[in-house]
Amino acid sequence: MTVMEQRGAYQPTPPPAWQPRTDPAPLLPDAQPYRVLGTEAAAKADPELLRRLYAQLVRGRRYNAQATALTKQGRLAVYPSSTGQEACEVAAALVLEERDWLFPSYRDTLAAVARGVDPVEALTLLRGDWHTGYDPYERRVAPLSTPLATQLPHAVGLAHAARLKGDDVVALAMVGDGGTSEGDFHEAMNFAAVWHAPVVFLVQNNGFAISVPLAKQTAAPSLAHKAVGYGMPGRLVDGNDAVAVHEVLGEAVRHARAGGGPTLVEALTYRIDAHTNADDATRYRGEDEVEAWRDHDPILLMERELTERGLLDEDAVRAAQEDAEALAADLRTRMNQDPVLDPMDLFAHVYAQPTTQLLEQQAQLRAELDAEAAGPEGAGR
Amino acid sequence: MTTVALKPATMAQALTRAMRDALAADPSVHVMGEDVGTLGGVFRITDGLAKEFGDDRCTDTPLAEAGILGTAVGMAMYGLRPVVEMQFDAFAYPAFEQLVSHVSRMRNRTRGAMPLPITIRVPYGGGIGGVEHHSDSSEAYYMATPGLHVVTPATVADAYGLLRAAIASDDPVVFLEPKRLYWSKDAWNPEEPEVVEPLGRAVVRRPGRSTTLITYGPSVPVCLEAAEAARAEGWDLEVVDLRSLVPFDDETVTASVRRTGRAVVVHEATGFGGPGGEIAARVSERCFHYLEAPVLRVAGFDIPYPPPMLERHHLPGVDRILDAVGRLQWEAGS
Repeated sequence: MTVMEQRGAYQPTPPPAWQPRTDPAPLLPDAQPYRVLGTEAAAKADPELLRRLYAQLVRGRRYNAQATALTKQGRLAVYPSSTGQEACEVAAALVLEERDWLFPSYRDTLAAVARGVDPVEALTLLRGDWHTGYDPYERRVAPLSTPLATQLPHAVGLAHAARLKGDDVVALAMVGDGGTSEGDFHEAMNFAAVWHAPVVFLVQNNGFAISVPLAKQTAAPSLAHKAVGYGMPGRLVDGNDAVAVHEVLGEAVRHARAGGGPTLVEALTYRIDAHTNADDATRYRGEDEVEAWRDHDPILLMERELTERGLLDEDAVRAAQEDAEALAADLRTRMNQDPVLDPMDLFAHVYAQPTTQLLEQQAQLRAELDAEAAGPEGAGR
Repeated sequence: MTTVALKPATMAQALTRAMRDALAADPSVHVMGEDVGTLGGVFRITDGLAKEFGDDRCTDTPLAEAGILGTAVGMAMYGLRPVVEMQFDAFAYPAFEQLVSHVSRMRNRTRGAMPLPITIRVPYGGGIGGVEHHSDSSEAYYMATPGLHVVTPATVADAYGLLRAAIASDDPVVFLEPKRLYWSKDAWNPEEPEVVEPLGRAVVRRPGRSTTLITYGPSVPVCLEAAEAARAEGWDLEVVDLRSLVPFDDETVTASVRRTGRAVVVHEATGFGGPGGEIAARVSERCFHYLEAPVLRVAGFDIPYPPPMLERHHLPGVDRILDAVGRLQWEAGS
């Protein structure tokens, strides 16, 4: 007996389980990155916001310069600079409410500082006296995450938990272009979309993952296009246009807050400095490329706009610079003091209660330290 | 004196009951994983939980272990107490980075500001005729990661008691469930189940005088069987069920071996680089002058877990344990 004979007459139909799901068209990013500065839209931008962003950009640039200088003085073990990316760093911090959460990657110290984390505590990881130097709950900034993209599912879980508790909280998670190749990026995007979690993913596409350019990282039409596969909107923005980034992220945050689910924002920017102070960028990119981006510098774009609209007088420039210098001076002063270290801290926070084995090891270290303090004579041998 | 109604119950039932009671007692407890909702898990350990507590408390997640554990981290950051199910031992490996780089370290990284009270349930071990990737004993990987507790029950009562304690713990706990004991039955009183606290205490399952078998999880019943069989040889074996690999109960183990003077460590995990090496070293360091013979190990062979038709040759059995006991230099000693 054939299957046809068993089943009887039938009408050809699509596979029974198949049904059209989300319409992809509204999720697609625009062909061109969204810009405000230098376009007609700039006239509508709030002067107060422009001034505020400008001051933050100047401050951020100074912070990057000072931190980089501290690596040369041996005061920081390493510093992954966000010079050239200040628009993204600053906008990500400013779009959030106090009750929201920021999930920075290791390059986003500046975003943490712009959100109010103490500038020295934000650098503890990179000085090396502890891992996370600030209490994440104080400013609602998760620890700077070094393993790429691993912080993204945390942001999704936190946003999901907040929603389960009925709290009006949005999580904004930051990642780079290289990070989008990681499995955790994919899993976080998928969980966020399935759970309809109030999360905003900000991808800073700065052109390079250390030395590897984007073309070797992905064959996607753009990183923003990746959103469509998960069923969430993808947005493409000029990442050096602080007003545009602020606007696009702000919309995504409002969308998430209103129950609209997650958004992926790709911000096109450029890492002006090398990957870190330990990297040599001349091995993988030309100076002309860097120069082209210096002409598209976030502070330059903002200054041009403010000047054209007559919003930037000498006082405003001086005030921004003084504020930035004060931040740098404070950083210098405090970072030039040796951190106070207690080796006993090594055992303090491994478990809620130290295990017997850790107590034994703690006692061993204590004895070693006491012997060291007593010196060769005090050791009594 | 109250009469306690002891009834036969399976380890699976005790585990389900533990999660049910935890969900009922604490609104911050959330169960999540693959197939844990509607289906009740492939081993039915979460059976009925979604129905009783709703999909938000017992959640079917997308099929992605790093995503499951990674989102659980975020949920714990926000004050929830996630109980994560990894479907099988070998399917937990994608979550390894989240476990090692974040779950185990977050408390330490933040100087105690951000503890992660996550319980990660992992059905583990062989002996159920599982095809490849369904029978691994992965405890050594977890033991080698500071910041995690690693716990495994061997009895129905402990399954309940240890899982409740794991969920209540403010530290992350890798909770290894010996899947071949899921359907083992013990007399148990589900009316007054006991929580086993604190985590980290071993228990002497069978007192004996001539040798200590140090074991845990699926090998505990095997060791008890071996101890019974050993009586015919004139050996009186003590069986220590570790229950917790981290923290490790040196006190109970040391006291036992000092008493018996001989020790064999028994587990399914591969011997080389396995838990037995650490345990044997600890015993030697603490009991050297009490030992009549070197500490021996009966472990899985140093091979990838075998196909099911050959697994009986790999798993530590009664004969192999008795062989090891027989090699403990009886002629030279007491």
